[in-house]
Amino acid sequence: MSQYVLRRLLIAIPSLLGISAVLFFVLALAPGDPFSDLATNPNVPPEVQAALRAKFGLDDPIYLRYLHWLSAMAHGDWGFSFVSRMDVDKLILQRLPTTLYVIGSAQILALLIAIPVGVYAATRPYSLFDRIANTLAFVGFSLPTFFTGILFILIFSVTLDWLPFVYTTDIKATGIHYALEMIRQAIMPVAVLGLFQAASMTRFVRSAMLDVIRLDYVTTARAKGLGQAKVIVKHVMRNAMIPVVTLIALQLPAVFGGAIVTEQIFRIPGIGSLLISSILSNDTPVVMAVTFVFACLVVLFNLVADVLYGWLDPRISLR
Amino acid sequence: MLDKELRSMIGDVKDGRMDRRAFIQRLAAVGLTAPLANQILAIGGVAMAQSPSPYPPTKRGGGGPLKLLWWQGPTLLNPHFATGTKDQDGSRLFYEPLASWDANGNLNPILAAEIPSTANGGLAADGKSVTWKIKPGVKWHDGKLLTADDFVFTWAYASDPATAAVSISTYADMTVEKVDDLTIRILFKSPTPFWANAFVGAYGCVIPKHLFADYKGSKSREAPANLAPVGTGPYKFVEFKPGDLVRGALNPDYHMPNRPHFDTIDMKGGGDAVSAARAVIQTGEFDFAWNMQVEDDILLRLEKGGKGKTVYATGGDIEFIAINFTDPNTEIDGERSSMKTKHPILSDPNVRKALALLVDRESVKKAIYGRAGRTTANYLNGPEKFVSKNTSWEFNIEKASKMLDDAGWKVGADGIREKDGKKFKLLYQTSTNGPRQKTQAIVKQACQKAGIEVELKSVVASVFFSSDVANPDTYPKFYADIEEFQIPMTQPDPALHMRRYISANVATKENKWQGPNFPRYVNKDYDAAIAAAETETDPVKRATLYIKCNDLLWQDTVFIPVMHRLKVEAAANTLRPALSGWANETDNIQDWYREA
Repeated sequence: MSQYVLRRLLIAIPSLLGISAVLFFVLALAPGDPFSDLATNPNVPPEVQAALRAKFGLDDPIYLRYLHWLSAMAHGDWGFSFVSRMDVDKLILQRLPTTLYVIGSAQILALLIAIPVGVYAATRPYSLFDRIANTLAFVGFSLPTFFTGILFILIFSVTLDWLPFVYTTDIKATGIHYALEMIRQAIMPVAVLGLFQAASMTRFVRSAMLDVIRLDYVTTARAKGLGQAKVIVKHVMRNAMIPVVTLIALQLPAVFGGAIVTEQIFRIPGIGSLLISSILSNDTPVVMAVTFVFACLVVLFNLVADVLYGWLDPRISLR
Repeated sequence: MLDKELRSMIGDVKDGRMDRRAFIQRLAAVGLTAPLANQILAIGGVAMAQSPSPYPPTKRGGGGPLKLLWWQGPTLLNPHFATGTKDQDGSRLFYEPLASWDANGNLNPILAAEIPSTANGGLAADGKSVTWKIKPGVKWHDGKLLTADDFVFTWAYASDPATAAVSISTYADMTVEKVDDLTIRILFKSPTPFWANAFVGAYGCVIPKHLFADYKGSKSREAPANLAPVGTGPYKFVEFKPGDLVRGALNPDYHMPNRPHFDTIDMKGGGDAVSAARAVIQTGEFDFAWNMQVEDDILLRLEKGGKGKTVYATGGDIEFIAINFTDPNTEIDGERSSMKTKHPILSDPNVRKALALLVDRESVKKAIYGRAGRTTANYLNGPEKFVSKNTSWEFNIEKASKMLDDAGWKVGADGIREKDGKKFKLLYQTSTNGPRQKTQAIVKQACQKAGIEVELKSVVASVFFSSDVANPDTYPKFYADIEEFQIPMTQPDPALHMRRYISANVATKENKWQGPNFPRYVNKDYDAAIAAAETETDPVKRATLYIKCNDLLWQDTVFIPVMHRLKVEAAANTLRPALSGWANETDNIQDWYREA
């Protein structure tokens, strides 16, 4: 097992290097430059623009800039944002708690809905419950979050005036009021995102369960007189969870990466909105850092998924 | 207007035979901007009127929280690094200049004890120096006293190229010296008619020497105060999350009586303009939203029975179609739109005039800008009463067709005009932006009726407005026949605005397309007028010169002005923001209040 983990880890290093190189070069070749705001400003003479470019090393050849970035990154220096002239790691850390709170809650909500509903629907395929669950799931993942988000805002903020639609990080309250307010403002984004995720995950859990539930060993277990609950939980779910774990593990990086669309709609100051605004202002160091962290997380959670497979089905780690 | 006449008018104002308002109105009637008229008065020896304060609150604080929504939040809080207005707006909550421009283009003293004039000895007769008196007893938020040293330092800091301050051009060509603890003198190299630039407005904010002294030049990025500003402003810094939130709290030691009105101030960033409008106008979650780039129809719909409304400020921002004087389709020495070429179609002045007749400003206003725009024939648009007597615009397809016929462009079998076997086809580019694409459609339709084939192109804004030398789609490269966008007028003085189009500023491969004269307009008269205006100490002559420049742009049809754009903001019904088209939204933040 440990050898298996080690092997996986060693594979991760070259892939991360490759990813970082591709990201860096793509960003360097992308159109636009960080000082476009200055270009239309008659107050800023071209010399200042040139000086800024030189100062931030934008005029060096790409490979040199990449090597600089790589060595700085290895020393734990993430660089600084051209736009806010602030360290990138600080910028990301400032946004991370909000992202984890909102997107994490949405992910938990999705799991809490998807697993019980999917499992229950799979044990009674084509029953009324299954059909309703299926229909809702289809509707759920057919509606994009930017649509449901605005719909929610129109219903719950504009018409009913129950919930705020601008997420604020500086609630002026303490104790229980603070907690309540935090929950209140997160309801809409969490619901929008959670329901969307739950919809596709429900379908996935259901079909994974159905694949396993028809296997001979399940029938054998039943024939031996095991109770329905025990059969489902101990024998079916454990095996059915392998593909589900893959799906969840690959979605976890998204928890850290934020949900770009939802964050924009509700003005949630998370990583996703940081990424979007940085892309729009061509703030390359921030875009690079965020996407690279994202890549690292994907690799990491792939690894976690692999390890979990090994635990769920020991045969996998032996191969 | 004759010099003599103007001079006698100035005399009348001086002696009290004519009031200032009447003077400004008369000048506006002949096409001068109100700020310009004020400057004329100031240099003519009449002290600038302090506009009567409309600020009624009788005590400091008690206004509760003020919640502002900027759909692009401030990303840094050092006014001398501020690349966009959002950053200037955020910094301005904490830092202050000597004076700011109010809605009428008057200078409003903030840190200054008085506005310099020849009467109070502030303005030198030769136009080469200005003396500012600083209000005594003003304290930085950390308790230290504000002195002349801070101003001298701010000048040294911003004008040092190694600091890489974006305000450098404001401070580079002058010297600032300390006269005494509360007096500074600004010395110009040559007579400077527009003296109210340094220490005024967005780039005029003074920063504390005691916190920035160690971070001048190449270490400028490392200053802790870049992220935690210590200023003299009405609000003290509390918290900053770039792009998301700026928070301030009432400054109990603020130097103006009864100000500020609000106990706390929050500036939230992010999202888009429509939902920002909704949060202010419809649900009332916020008090004020910045820069409503939303079609007027949507705003009107939101305003029905809402908790807020839109408010407007008039400046000099102009949306125009620029004409390429060079040939974008011929490459010479690896350069398209080269100065060695002439535009095959548009170099004929009559053709350009005909094109101008095909832009239906009224329809554009009706369909797109609504209350946020005014139709105009001028490139240089002043505040409120700018009515140039010399220019006018017209939408007339028949007249345009006739002019094109006369110029030798005959309608061919396919309905498109041609001359010497060449088709009248234009490539019309702009940035990707709803209102601009709609304008394109309106113009294209009229052109089609006149037998001109127009191909539309839209370029994503981050590319179009970038200075990326490698990209062919930027506006200064101008690889199209005509292009549309907006140039904001950042000061109530035309010098910077008009200087862009002198022939030395033509954008070419040589200057990496950094020259701001992107239409590649060359006119000796224009150059001469600008050069004369820049050294002209006589304010009256100077003003006439800039009007001449505007008229030259109009006669030669360098630009087809489409819309004089107003600033559009959303405000709660009870909020009374102090806005000016000549300043940033937060430039008079100390005067904002809420009606009970």
